[in-house]
Amino acid sequence: MKVLVIEDDQQAASYLAKGLKEAGHVVDAANDGKEGLFLAGSEHYDVMIVDRMLPGRDGLSLVEILRATGNDTPVLFLSALGSVDDRVKGLKAGGDDYLTKPFAFSELLARIEVLVRRRSAAQPQTRLAVADLELDLLSRTVRRAGKSIDLLPREFALLEYLMRNAGSVVTRTMMLENVWDYHFDPQTNVIDVHIARLRQKIDKDFPTPLIHTVRGAGYSLRAPQ
Amino acid sequence: MKAVLPTLRLLRTTPFRLALLYLGLFVISVGVILGVVYRSTAGFLEEEIGATIALEVAGLQDQYRSAGLRGLVDSVRERSGYSHTNSIYLLTTPGGVILAGNLSGWPDATAGPGGWTHFKISDYGGVNNRPSTAMAVSFVLPGQFRLLVGRDMSELDQLRGRMVVSLRWVFLVTVVLGLGGGLLLARGAMHRIEAINRTTHRIMAGDLSGRVPRGGGGDEIDRLAGNLNAMLDQIERLMTGMRQVTESVAHDLRTPLSRLRARVELALIRETDDPEVYRAVLQDTILEADRLLATFTALLSIAEAESGANRKGLEPVRLADVVRLAADLYEPVAEEKGLTLITDIRAEPTVRGNEQLLAQAVSNLLDNAIKYTPEGGRITLLLEGVGPGQSARITVADNGPGIPADMREKVLERFVRLDAARASPGNGLGLSLVEAVARLHDASLRLEDNEPGLKVGIVFPPDAG
Repeated sequence: MKVLVIEDDQQAASYLAKGLKEAGHVVDAANDGKEGLFLAGSEHYDVMIVDRMLPGRDGLSLVEILRATGNDTPVLFLSALGSVDDRVKGLKAGGDDYLTKPFAFSELLARIEVLVRRRSAAQPQTRLAVADLELDLLSRTVRRAGKSIDLLPREFALLEYLMRNAGSVVTRTMMLENVWDYHFDPQTNVIDVHIARLRQKIDKDFPTPLIHTVRGAGYSLRAPQ
Repeated sequence: MKAVLPTLRLLRTTPFRLALLYLGLFVISVGVILGVVYRSTAGFLEEEIGATIALEVAGLQDQYRSAGLRGLVDSVRERSGYSHTNSIYLLTTPGGVILAGNLSGWPDATAGPGGWTHFKISDYGGVNNRPSTAMAVSFVLPGQFRLLVGRDMSELDQLRGRMVVSLRWVFLVTVVLGLGGGLLLARGAMHRIEAINRTTHRIMAGDLSGRVPRGGGGDEIDRLAGNLNAMLDQIERLMTGMRQVTESVAHDLRTPLSRLRARVELALIRETDDPEVYRAVLQDTILEADRLLATFTALLSIAEAESGANRKGLEPVRLADVVRLAADLYEPVAEEKGLTLITDIRAEPTVRGNEQLLAQAVSNLLDNAIKYTPEGGRITLLLEGVGPGQSARITVADNGPGIPADMREKVLERFVRLDAARASPGNGLGLSLVEAVARLHDASLRLEDNEPGLKVGIVFPPDAG
């Protein structure tokens, strides 16, 4: 993937660039808002990582201008401003996701991957399938290998989120944000319990597991290789 | 000098200025009233005298008609013969020769309307030779004889004089009393305002324990003092909280940070070729850093809730949604631990609030209940609607060990944990956040005995909807 990082802190920028390159992405970096706007306008990127507080032009107005000019490259805000108000502002300005500093690199990678995937699969779907697991959004039923599986509404929502992002790593925070709309971290790792229950129903009676734990990051639902 | 200055300051105060203004109006009113009293009293007496003179004139007229000039002369002589009479008579021939009367000559004063004249008796050797004025009426009889009948006005003059003197005194006393009363009133008000000033000065100097004394009358100044005290309580609590937090942060974060540092240092000292050792150390380091970050995040959430800056961002929140979502998230967690979580939603109240913070508060309460209730226990999450003194109430009750009554205040403080060994996971910030969120919503947090166990209630005020 081609990633544009707009970040004024040199150390943070090179750390980001290094990590993204190691993960196999192509990275361009801009040190201020003006340069960022120029690069974003002159080249095509799969995703942009934008700091909120930038010299020259702040991240919010930069994204607003991009959106106004019809640029719909997914944007992830990366900011030290982390209150609910700040997040809302970022998303309203046209950001697609918001991550607060300090952050875990695995979290950032998981999020940009999901952002790009979501953009490419924007057309409405009524049916999701991964390997022999099928999820019908209209009848709200789940079948694996032709066998019907009963899920509680929240388990259904969790599975739907995992299936929409099949193949990508989904972090606990992403699940809390997207399935429960919780924009804070509960003290206990409640997500693990929910995933354990989902595993019981989806994977237990089948030879190949589909839900995988990604150490230090979260979970991933993917077809066996 | 010292005694003069406060007085001068008193003269410049608003209460005194108001008193002075009031005094001015009062003095003018009293002056007008006294003037009216004087005019009407003096005028009445003058009229009386006029009536007496008219009666005497009528008597003399009778005499003249029945007995002629001779009779009139006799009558005047007789009447002016009485000693200490206040009446004045004079009867003269056309040539000015005095026939009878008690004046030495005809007064020069020109007669006013109706033939009335005023003159000084002493100039004409009148009755008792008093230097007083007189009021008289004169007639011209047939044959150019002239008659003057009048009355000594000294008594009236004296009365007038006395009246002026006493009215002047009344006026003076009014001014003095008004001024004194104004000063007293101003000083009373000033004393209380000065007390407020003294307290605020002391507080600005750093003594936060000072409070404004209250008179107990419940007037504006009392209410002002009450509000000031409430504000000071709030500031003191925030300051104490801040000091506590600073100390606790310093203390509680030093331990994990030193642990972290020691672990990394040890790994460097050992100098092993086994990359697994380094990997393990780094993984532990990340875990420790995550715990530290979680603590900071919790502190930031509390600060966010406490700053009140969020207050403007409050919007209607359906509490049932918040409760359902939290129950949905935590039910499997409770089950995993062998606990029963019962959700009882009895109403669908809406309050103005911050949904995320409320969700976090309910999550923290459930988290605590699950953490501290032993296996086989039972946790109740209850949502009630309007009741006495509440618009809504969220209650989380468990049948775990509970919190001793004397510790219930203490656990709301940051970093305070009842588990002295700190064996259980957590940072001691959970209930502090719940309390901060409750305060943001003007709700009260109630920690009660569930007999056994703990019952925590977030009670929203009646006007929270």
